[in-house]
Amino acid sequence: MESLLNQLPIGLSIGAVLLLIALGLTFTFGQMGVINMAHGEFIMAGAYTAYMLQDWAGAQAAAVALPVAFALAGTMGWVLERTAIRHFYGRPLDTLLLTWGVSLVLQQAARDLFGAPNVQVVAPSWLNGGVTIGGGTLPYNRLFIMALAIACVAGIWAYQNRSAQGRRMRAVMQNRELAACSGVATARVDQLTFFIGSGLAGVAGVALTLIGPVGPSIGTYYIVDAFLVVVAGGLGQLRGAVIAALALGMLNSFAEFWTNASLAKVIVFAAIIVFLQFRPQGMFVLRSRALT
Amino acid sequence: MLEVTGLEAAYGRARVLFGVDLSVEAGQLMCVMGRNGVGKTTLLNSVMGVLTPTAGKVVFDGRDVTRLPTYERVRLGMGYVPQGHETFPQLTVAENLQVTLEATRHRDRAAVAEALEVFPRLKEMLKRRAGFLSGGQQQQLAIARALVTRPRMLILDEPTEGIQPSIVLEIEQAIERLHKERGLAVLLVEQYLELALRLADGFVILDGGMVRHSGTAADLRDEEVRRLLAV
Repeated sequence: MESLLNQLPIGLSIGAVLLLIALGLTFTFGQMGVINMAHGEFIMAGAYTAYMLQDWAGAQAAAVALPVAFALAGTMGWVLERTAIRHFYGRPLDTLLLTWGVSLVLQQAARDLFGAPNVQVVAPSWLNGGVTIGGGTLPYNRLFIMALAIACVAGIWAYQNRSAQGRRMRAVMQNRELAACSGVATARVDQLTFFIGSGLAGVAGVALTLIGPVGPSIGTYYIVDAFLVVVAGGLGQLRGAVIAALALGMLNSFAEFWTNASLAKVIVFAAIIVFLQFRPQGMFVLRSRALT
Repeated sequence: MLEVTGLEAAYGRARVLFGVDLSVEAGQLMCVMGRNGVGKTTLLNSVMGVLTPTAGKVVFDGRDVTRLPTYERVRLGMGYVPQGHETFPQLTVAENLQVTLEATRHRDRAAVAEALEVFPRLKEMLKRRAGFLSGGQQQQLAIARALVTRPRMLILDEPTEGIQPSIVLEIEQAIERLHKERGLAVLLVEQYLELALRLADGFVILDGGMVRHSGTAADLRDEEVRRLLAV
C-alpha cells in the first residue's frame, strides 16, 4: 500500500512534464488549429539552449536558459508562422506535411550542429536532493518542474483572462471575421499567439534537460503525448489540458507500477482511444447558444 | 461619404456582383434591398474588405480603401454589423465591448457607456457570456459593439432578421435615433419593406448582382419597385 502511495508524486511529476510540453500546443493547436509537427523541435531548441548556456552560466544554465529558450523558440515559431504557416491557414493536411518537413530539417540541423549522440545538461546544485514523502523521495528537480508548470499555467491564465492582448486572442479565436470587423488586427494576434505557444515549447525543453539527456530527436518522443493531452482535454481549454495531463500522468505512473514502462504506454494510449470514443470533443468544450 | 464604383465580386469562379455603383452621403440612411441571393451581403462584405473584390473601387471619406484590410476600415470609421447577430460567444458582454474598445484608436472608455445608452437592456447583462443571450439581445450587443468604435458610418446587414418583434422595434428605434439625432450615415441591408419605408432616405434595389433601381424613399411605393422585391 505504501509503495502504491509513492506512485502519487511520481504521477504528479509525469503529469507536470506532460502539461509543460502540451501548454504551447494549447495556443498553436488549441487556439489556432494549426497542427505544428515542428513543435517538438522547438522543445529540442529549448533543451539545446540550456546545453549551450552551460559554457557561460555553468551549473545555473537550466535556470538562465528559461527566458532565453522562450525567446529563441518563440522567435523560431514566429518566423515559421510568418514565412510558411500563414499561407496554409484552413488547410490542416498541408500544414501537417509542411511542418513535418520543417521538423525533419530542424532535427538534421541539430545533428549537424551538436552531433547525433545525446548530451547532458548538469542540473543546478540546488536541485540535487529531494524531500521524503512517506516511504519514497521526491527529487527537487521534479518539484521544480511541477512549480514551473504551475507558474506557466498561472501566467497563461492571467494572460488570457486579464490582459488586453489575451482578450484579443480569445476574440480572434472565437470569431475571426468579427474580430476583424471590430478593428482587431487579426494577423498580428496570430503572430503573437504563435510566438507564445512556440516559446512555451522552449521552456518545456529546458525542463526536460533536468530529467534526462538531450538529443536531436528529443522532440519526437514528446510531440505525440503533447497532442494527446490537448485533444483529451478539449481544444483550446487550459483547464482541460491541466486535468488531462495530470490524469494521464497518474495513469501512466500506476500502470507502470503494476506492469512495465512499455505496457504502461499501451494502457495510456488505449485509455485515450476509449475516452475519445465516448467524448470525441475532449473533457471540456466551448458551449453556448451560438455554437450549438 | 461612401462611394462604391463598378464593384465586382466572386466566390471562386461564381461571380456574384457585376459592377455595383452606390453612394451614401454624410448623414444619409441608404437602404439596400432585394430578394435572397442577389448579392446584398456580398456587397457589404466587399465594401468592408471581408471579401476582396475582383474589380471596382470603394472610397470612404475621399480615401480609396479598396485594398485596406477590414480592421483598418473599421478604424477609419466604418462600423460594421455583419449578418446573423455575431458576437464573441465565450466572452462576456462587457468583454465583447472592451475588446472592441481596445482595438480602436480613440480608446475612450466613454464610448462603451454611450453604446450602452443606446441599448440600456444590455447593462443588466454585462457579466453574462454573449453566447447565452437571446438572438435579439445578441443583435443589440452586435450593434453596440460597432458603436464602440465611434463609427462615422454604420453598415448593418439585416439587423432585424429572425429576431422577436418587440426587439425588432427597439432596434429600429435605435437606428432611427442614431441616424436622426446623431446624424450618423447608415448603409442598411433590409428585406422588410415597411421598415425600410419608415427609415430610409434613399434606396437601391439589387437584382442579379447589379443595381436595378435606385431612388428616394417615396419611390419605394412605386409598383415596379415592389415587383422587383416580390418573391
